[in-house]
Amino acid sequence: MTEITTEKARIGAPSAQPFIDGFTEEGESLSPINAAGSKAPLAGASAKSHSHGGGEGVPDSSRAGRLTSYKLADFKPLTGLEEDWRFTPLKRLRGLHTEVLSGAAPTVIVKGPEDVTVEGVGRDDQRIGTAGIPEDRVSANAWENFAQATVVTIPSEFEALTEITIDIEGTSLEAAAQHLVIVAKKFSKAVVVLNHRGSAVVSENVEIIVEDGASLTVVSLQEWNDDAVHASSQQAKIGRDAKLKHVMVSLGGDLVRVTPSARFTAPGGEAELFGLYFADAGQHLEQRLFVDHAVPNCKSNVLYKGALQGRNAHAVWVGDVLIRKEAEGTDTYEANRNLLLTDGARADSVPNLEIETGLIEGAGHASATGRMDDEHLFYLMARGIPESVARRLVVRGFLNEIIQQIKVPSIEERLTEAVEHELALTDN
Amino acid sequence: MSTLEIKDLHVSIDTEQGTKEILKGVSLTIRTGETHAIMGPNGSGKSTLASTIAGHPRYNVTSGSITLDGEDVLEMSVDERARAGVFLAMQYPVEVPGVSMTNFLRTAKTAIDGEAPKLRTWTKDVKAAMEQLRIDADFAQRNVNEGFSGGEKKRVEILQLELFKPKFAVLDETDSGLDVDALKVVSEGVNRAHAEGKMGTLLITHYTRILRYIKPDFVHVFVDGQVVEEGGPELADRLEEEGYDRYAKGAGTAAAPVAVQA
Repeated sequence: MTEITTEKARIGAPSAQPFIDGFTEEGESLSPINAAGSKAPLAGASAKSHSHGGGEGVPDSSRAGRLTSYKLADFKPLTGLEEDWRFTPLKRLRGLHTEVLSGAAPTVIVKGPEDVTVEGVGRDDQRIGTAGIPEDRVSANAWENFAQATVVTIPSEFEALTEITIDIEGTSLEAAAQHLVIVAKKFSKAVVVLNHRGSAVVSENVEIIVEDGASLTVVSLQEWNDDAVHASSQQAKIGRDAKLKHVMVSLGGDLVRVTPSARFTAPGGEAELFGLYFADAGQHLEQRLFVDHAVPNCKSNVLYKGALQGRNAHAVWVGDVLIRKEAEGTDTYEANRNLLLTDGARADSVPNLEIETGLIEGAGHASATGRMDDEHLFYLMARGIPESVARRLVVRGFLNEIIQQIKVPSIEERLTEAVEHELALTDN
Repeated sequence: MSTLEIKDLHVSIDTEQGTKEILKGVSLTIRTGETHAIMGPNGSGKSTLASTIAGHPRYNVTSGSITLDGEDVLEMSVDERARAGVFLAMQYPVEVPGVSMTNFLRTAKTAIDGEAPKLRTWTKDVKAAMEQLRIDADFAQRNVNEGFSGGEKKRVEILQLELFKPKFAVLDETDSGLDVDALKVVSEGVNRAHAEGKMGTLLITHYTRILRYIKPDFVHVFVDGQVVEEGGPELADRLEEEGYDRYAKGAGTAAAPVAVQA
């Protein structure tokens, strides 16, 4: 084993031992370049001593060093060998990374309490760009090509008693760009639900601004038709003592790639990121999230749960949590759980934790992928419950933990039904 | 009147060291209304018998038979056995995350009866049974066994026994880990179920303590995968005084194999 010398290297760094042929600790080396030269994203300097590497580590090996830009030209064309694209079948992006995104954007209809303002604004609106800068080519492509943005503002100190729904309905398969801005003003409280439906090939940027003392829940539901391709960068900026709960649910679509991020900008912030996905045969559901602890005394908790069934059902979860040097008193935990219901499905799970200070409350990461627990099935079946029903109960229970987080009864019911529907497909 | 008949049952498990025989020819007949206690030291195969009757996949029946009123139980899947009327109160009930007790109980009852229970009477029955077993009402909303203490899990097993009304109940060390109060509550539950006169009980225990509250008609002593002695309730009293040592030493009345695992 390589002698590990620094704190940063100790956590999350690949060991010198090649443990499974063709695999690194970051997952399978899908690309020839990855196989030849390790460039794990969080490996830091230790990548250089990586025994099955041999090549040089890339300069931006820390998540903090990732390129961000509003300009498409700053991002090199994708080859599929990039760390953040290595699991994504680029051919199925239908041009989101190569074409000018000039198709008609999915229609946006916002419903909610009267006090909430909804505006359609041009590219020059000052609020655009306040919460995020594109971190990949597909996001930058949308940024460069969107015609109009929808800005939803929850006024200061306003507490919305009913949820605000943003229905995003795709009607065309021409590659398109979309831009949304959600602003929760100081001390406001609201639940915003994004319903993605219909058929679309769309790259979407969602900026989420949670001002000081505000409490915002954003639920992003991907219930697309089978032919949809959706890339969604959802970047949140969290103010002092502000709270964000982000719940991502991906069920429908051919390829859905959601990249949520939460950036703390002042102390006392709290972020909870939950996710649920159910991948069927041939579906690619990817989620890559980033929690940036850049200031002291913030809390984050991440839990993503997925079920997979059918041939070539593919789920990807990559969770990057970065605790910067300044972020003393950080408390964070991230976990991913996958349940493989049939043969032929595949889940990639990479929980990355990068820690630059030891003065923290706690930091943990976990990932588990497996089949259904036989003892659970035995217990239920020993009570007369047939195997198919028992399996459903277990999967439903497994995913319920996320659904229960939404706290909007009508949506919880709808999602429970949607999960039931997915499960009914297993029995065939 | 129903009969659960176990004949010359041999059961083995697969271990890393190879196949290991655990039950070496067990025969037992239980009829409706009877309570049979199976007693024996740790590792004698008592729990293997219980799990085999319920159909746990870990246990392989190599020979012998189990029949319920002549029907071949070994041919049945786990859920079919339960629907045929066999109930196993488990030694270590597992937690099933995200599945509420309410939902679980109703789903199981529906499966066992072949039709959904009438909502009003069912809710009342569940509530009454929970009260009798001193289970807090909020348990109904909690997930199956999740965060329950050992004693709470055992009470919930007996709750199911009372609600599902099986033909035969196999209680796998239901008494272990219970304090005296919980033991009484649980025993009362078993006795209530038994008093309805439609159930036969196979009570598996390491200790004689529970037999003060549940009176067995027959006692079978299990050592090294075999029944080495059988008798009436008086045999339990004797075991309480003398323990299992005499079987281990081969000094008992039956020809007991010597090797007893501690």
